[in-house]
Amino acid sequence: MEEGQLRALIEQVRAGALSRRGFVQMMVGLGLTAPLAGQMLAGAGVAAAQTKVQYAPTKRGGGGALKILWWQSPTLLNPHFATGTKDQDGSRIFYEPLAAFDPDGNLVPILAAEIPSLQNGAVAKDGKSVTWKLKKNVVWHDGKPFTADDIVFNWEYAADPATAATTISSYKDIARIDKLDSHTVKLTFKNPTPFWSDGFCGYRGMIIPKHVFEAFKGAKSREAPANIKPVGTGPYKYVDFKPGDIVRGELNSTYHMPNRPHFDTIEMKGGGDAVSAGRAVVQTGEYDYAWNMQVEEEIMRRMEQGGRGKFETAPGGNIEHIQCNQTDPNKDVDGERSSIKAPHPFLTDPAVRQALSLLVDRASVQEEIYGRGGQATANFLNSPPKYVSKNNRWEFNVDKANQILDAAGWKRGADGIRAKGDKKLRMVYQTSINAPRQKTQAIVKQAAAKTGIELELKSVTASVFFSSDAANPDIYSRFSTDLQMYTTTQASPDPQTFMEQFASWEVSAKDNKYQGRNITRWRNDEYDKLFRAAETELDPVKRAALFIRMNDMVIQNVVVIPVIFRNKVQAVSSRLRGHEISGWDNDTANLFNWFRV
Amino acid sequence: MSRYVVRRLLIAVPVIFGISLVLFTILALAPGDPFEELATNPNVPPEVRMNLRAKFGLDDPLPVRYARWLTSMARGDWGFSFVSRVNVDTLIMQRLPTSLFVLGSAQLLGLLIALPIGTYSALRPYSLFDQIATTLAFIGFSLPTFFTGLVFILVFSLWLDWLPFIYRADIAATGWRWWWENARQAAMPVAVLGLFQGATLTRFVRSAVIDVIRLDYVNTARAKGLSEGVTVVKHVIRNALIPVVTLVALQIPGIFTGAVITEQIFRIPGIGSLLISSILANDTPVIMAITFVFSCLVVIFNLVADLLYGWLDPRIAYR
Repeated sequence: MEEGQLRALIEQVRAGALSRRGFVQMMVGLGLTAPLAGQMLAGAGVAAAQTKVQYAPTKRGGGGALKILWWQSPTLLNPHFATGTKDQDGSRIFYEPLAAFDPDGNLVPILAAEIPSLQNGAVAKDGKSVTWKLKKNVVWHDGKPFTADDIVFNWEYAADPATAATTISSYKDIARIDKLDSHTVKLTFKNPTPFWSDGFCGYRGMIIPKHVFEAFKGAKSREAPANIKPVGTGPYKYVDFKPGDIVRGELNSTYHMPNRPHFDTIEMKGGGDAVSAGRAVVQTGEYDYAWNMQVEEEIMRRMEQGGRGKFETAPGGNIEHIQCNQTDPNKDVDGERSSIKAPHPFLTDPAVRQALSLLVDRASVQEEIYGRGGQATANFLNSPPKYVSKNNRWEFNVDKANQILDAAGWKRGADGIRAKGDKKLRMVYQTSINAPRQKTQAIVKQAAAKTGIELELKSVTASVFFSSDAANPDIYSRFSTDLQMYTTTQASPDPQTFMEQFASWEVSAKDNKYQGRNITRWRNDEYDKLFRAAETELDPVKRAALFIRMNDMVIQNVVVIPVIFRNKVQAVSSRLRGHEISGWDNDTANLFNWFRV
Repeated sequence: MSRYVVRRLLIAVPVIFGISLVLFTILALAPGDPFEELATNPNVPPEVRMNLRAKFGLDDPLPVRYARWLTSMARGDWGFSFVSRVNVDTLIMQRLPTSLFVLGSAQLLGLLIALPIGTYSALRPYSLFDQIATTLAFIGFSLPTFFTGLVFILVFSLWLDWLPFIYRADIAATGWRWWWENARQAAMPVAVLGLFQGATLTRFVRSAVIDVIRLDYVNTARAKGLSEGVTVVKHVIRNALIPVVTLVALQIPGIFTGAVITEQIFRIPGIGSLLISSILANDTPVIMAITFVFSCLVVIFNLVADLLYGWLDPRIAYR
């Protein structure tokens, strides 16, 4: 889809011919993130429709206890140290960002008085600065006022490499933050920054108080008592925290939103497994909400029969995909396998990759394995077909794969396996140990066998597969096999970081201790140029068009084979309301709106 | 006696030292990385992980890391968890009361079942009571706790809806309500572990009592005209307890490490679940602390068991 077509669509939204949500879904279908789509609309001056929240309670408190279950439990409550969603979700009970992302990717002001935009002049035309106005009358849990100083401090804290904050990438590109008055800050970026709502927004933007953490900036960051005893601005105040077990909070009587929160206490219990967490919500009603239900569809349906609760889904950005190695995993070049000096003997042949893509029966994978937990490459399926280029649709077609291989000169040998010269279509296909993945492997292997491709399946323990131990040949970033499969997360609201994993300078190699993110080692000059252009392109529509083209290149060249677009699945009590789960933010992002009927 | 104790304690020092060395080496050689989750997150630059590794001393050579661990342990500093950045002793102290309560009650329940049933079975071997008790005991210890745990949950939580199956260490209630809530949530895990324990112990008690009851001095006691009760309690059980005491003493360190599987099933925040999550996260300081304390306890309770023999049977002399 070209820039012109995108502009036409935006005009349709403005004229009311296309719904805002429809537009966002279309963009997600093209491989963009919802926040980016929202930004395109905002840039064109289409007002963000304020999501109507059905919040019934008319007074603060009185809702009793809210009990939520996370089967992986938070281990620390400093959002700048969060190693995973669990820690961010736990921190979000107490801490808040300036703005949150709603399910459609719109920014919703939390600690900000309003959302900056080109129209209100808060976003600079050159993309080098943005001005945030903060809500007044917000106080920290200890009674101190929340001011612009806190914003400046969070930037200094997170951007300092000595602090070792996991949020550093959202803050290190801010050149300086000027405090214009006690409740206004101006962020100046080092380079023109098209996506300015990375720092201070969403799950990477939670703000910690300066007066509590000031003494613990940099090397002393670990010693802060508040790392496990949070003092925030959120709807609930800290009561107790046991790492790996439980987080407890009580109503914040000075919360900055009227009549909120509804519950008197909150308890986030951790540990156990997803299935029994689902049972505790949906079957016995012991708990009100459970996170990340990786449960088979059939089990979910059986649990729902009691009527005490149900499983809900929210599209997020997790894509289960198969990577095709562009380098030879069986040739050793200076002690390095899968080196870019040794191209893969046959996976560099587009015909073989095309055939492989046709052999992944995504419909069966979705129906039989993931159920409502995934959509067969929603990446291209979600949008109305007329907007999607024909080459980008997925298909499961063994005959067509056979034809492609025949045409490319791959002949079946006596053993039924195709070969060309001395090269045989025999591949090793690895993934981590996880029941749905092993089932998916089996489905692909079966189809491949029908076309004369022999797949040897390999599964590696997750803790080894995803480790960063460069000495271990089984880690995913070394990619010592022909094919491999795992889920990559696009949860960052902006696709730029996500798309960088196909840039040639990111190639994972021995020299960079396999820290590079380009695991397939695919290199393409045109792609690199598009990426460089997108980095500095300020027009959101032009930028989106660039990302769509990059996305198309990756798919049409079958660098990776997307399998399933995984949804966030959560178990919810049938009495819980107001929880509108956003795939682009934490599950607990709008906790202030939750209530029980 | 005191010389014996001192000698045993001195022998224990190199043993414990050797154990710590082996544990540390195995953990260091095991694959994995405490910051693995950061590795797969495209939003976290690799430098952050490298920085953390350097900061927590993970990149130093193994002997250096071991020496550092040993010296700080000797000073009483257990280090801090890589995952939660909380001191290890704090983490353990948070979990210990729960483990002690659940496993201690289970152990107690086991003894309360095993002693009377085992003794009574032995007094009337091959009677109907003995047959039933033996059959139940066999069923009891053949069924693994993860299975009985799930059956209990299915029956008492899902079908009957009587008991909660998620254990909470801190219940927000006071007085009788607190006791009641605690009893309700502890009922299933304690029963699962206690019945398993009781089944095993019943067999032990029974065979130990049968061995003793045939001995001459028991007949003598009866001939003296002592009542049956006094004979059994003072002469039979006391002597029969020796093997049982060994078994129980050796199981006590196990209380400290918690019941890994049962704690997972019921989400009990005990030491066992801390250990398993630390192993999964490659959180070396926590794993080291728990396994090391466990080894120390095994060594100590072996000694305690040996000393208890002397108390139960004065004929045993220490040299």
